[in-house]
Amino acid sequence: MSANIVALLYLVSAILFILALRGLSSPESSRRGNILAMIGMTIAVATTVVSLHITHVTSYGAILAAVVIGGGIGLLIAFRIKMAAMPQLIAAFHSLVGLAAVLVAAAAFYHPEAYGIASASGQIETASRIEMALGIAIGAITFSGSVVAFAKLQALVSGNPVVFPGQHILNLILGLVAIGLIGFFVKTQSTEVFWIMTALTFGLGFLLIIPIGGADMPVVISMLNSYSGWAAAATGFTLENTALIITGALVGSSGAILSYIMCRAMNRSFFSVILGGFGGEGAGPAANKGDRPVKAGSAEDAAFIMKNAGSVIIVPGYGMAVALAQHAVREMADILKEQGVKVSYAIHPVAGRMPGHMNVLLAEANVPYDDVFELEAINSDFRTTDVAFVIGANDVTNPAARDDPSSPIYGMPILDVDKAKTVLFVKRSLAPGYAGIDNDLFYNENTMMLFGDAKRMTEEIVKAL
Amino acid sequence: MEAVAIDPFVFRFSIFVLAVFVGYYVVWSVTPALHTPLLSVTNAISSVIIVGALIAAAPTAFTGSKIFGLVAIGLASVNIFGGFAVTQRMLAMYKKKKK
Repeated sequence: MSANIVALLYLVSAILFILALRGLSSPESSRRGNILAMIGMTIAVATTVVSLHITHVTSYGAILAAVVIGGGIGLLIAFRIKMAAMPQLIAAFHSLVGLAAVLVAAAAFYHPEAYGIASASGQIETASRIEMALGIAIGAITFSGSVVAFAKLQALVSGNPVVFPGQHILNLILGLVAIGLIGFFVKTQSTEVFWIMTALTFGLGFLLIIPIGGADMPVVISMLNSYSGWAAAATGFTLENTALIITGALVGSSGAILSYIMCRAMNRSFFSVILGGFGGEGAGPAANKGDRPVKAGSAEDAAFIMKNAGSVIIVPGYGMAVALAQHAVREMADILKEQGVKVSYAIHPVAGRMPGHMNVLLAEANVPYDDVFELEAINSDFRTTDVAFVIGANDVTNPAARDDPSSPIYGMPILDVDKAKTVLFVKRSLAPGYAGIDNDLFYNENTMMLFGDAKRMTEEIVKAL
Repeated sequence: MEAVAIDPFVFRFSIFVLAVFVGYYVVWSVTPALHTPLLSVTNAISSVIIVGALIAAAPTAFTGSKIFGLVAIGLASVNIFGGFAVTQRMLAMYKKKKK
């Protein structure tokens, strides 16, 4: 197989990947898109194997074993994972891409001739050294950053931000040292510098993510997604492989766009999220504004109100995911619909721990996707709605973000649930949400608090209906 | 004037920049409801990095690079099979209203 045919086949697989992403513009076309991506991957791997087979003496046994073991583990995880655990799975997958990029770069470092990047004297070409160093650095940061994100999401460590004095200065210095080491490596191609650089960037990825709190994870996951793409692209430059360059660029820009969308939905700059320290217990101004009367209700009250309503909008948040309440919520919605109530769902972009988290959970519970609306699409409907049923969301409904310029979350787009005739708010206590600020909605005349576990409360409402 | 050949790096860089733009426009058209499958499928396709691992693992000679390559093949395979399977599983759950 000539090098030209190989390059054209890689182009075909890159185009199939683009079509796969294009398919995600609607649920109907998305499934076909995913199949196209699988075909693209098969073409890329087959092309590589065949072209290696022609030019080299190859041994397939160990390769096949690695694919079977890795693929088996992957399939096992994919079919067993609970949808609620999807954020940590995505984080774990990102870490693997990062580590693979580091390993490939290390392999190319030790055997440049296999990759065709060695000059006549056996040295690695300068351009390839730069690409290799970038692949290592970005890959290592992706790996260790994703491991921290995984540990936070899996609750292996506290989701609170870890901050210490001088943190940003330390990170800045380490970042500069890393850049210096990359320069030094490019100049000398020294093995010691290669490994010091690798170790340092591993450490840097770890330090970069520890100060970022749990509810900023949608940004972190998107950002690491982007990094994994740039790492793949840098590796693609080293290997002079267009499929890898194009794919890395696609993934890199995809993650960057998602990060931007998430930041915009919180009205925060990307840098304020990355610098971290936001949220967690004890963060933000004191929540206590004195004792104010709160109207608390029972499941029977809630059932009565919703049964007699003309329309209900359900507002799910991370709390619903934690309590695994999505099936109970759908059951409740079904009963209400049978009784002639119009039920829809309103989703804030940063609800949950990753982009689209709530949509996946509702889809898992068999909620039809045409009942589920994004913020812009549904926000004006609240003022004509009888009941807003808030389950597990908090800050994204706080009217202070709209009305109180002194609030730390002022300017964040919120769901205008307070405009509904009645607000039913399922929550365990009056504790403030992630931003650490009080939600005035709790004390409104038209709000009824339903204190309890999201799942149990919803199940009781179902019983009472 | 003597003709100077364009460095192949410039070609690859052009491809890279164009692909960033393609990604930009394609991803903006992804519906927010499918942002999670977008994450998982981009994850799967970025594991095309496996082609680099294959080059390292292919030679019969047993070297450090071969070990790196084999481990990278294993990791990328977890992502490829796991990523596509979990994406397919998620996408299968998105259903329209029964009329």
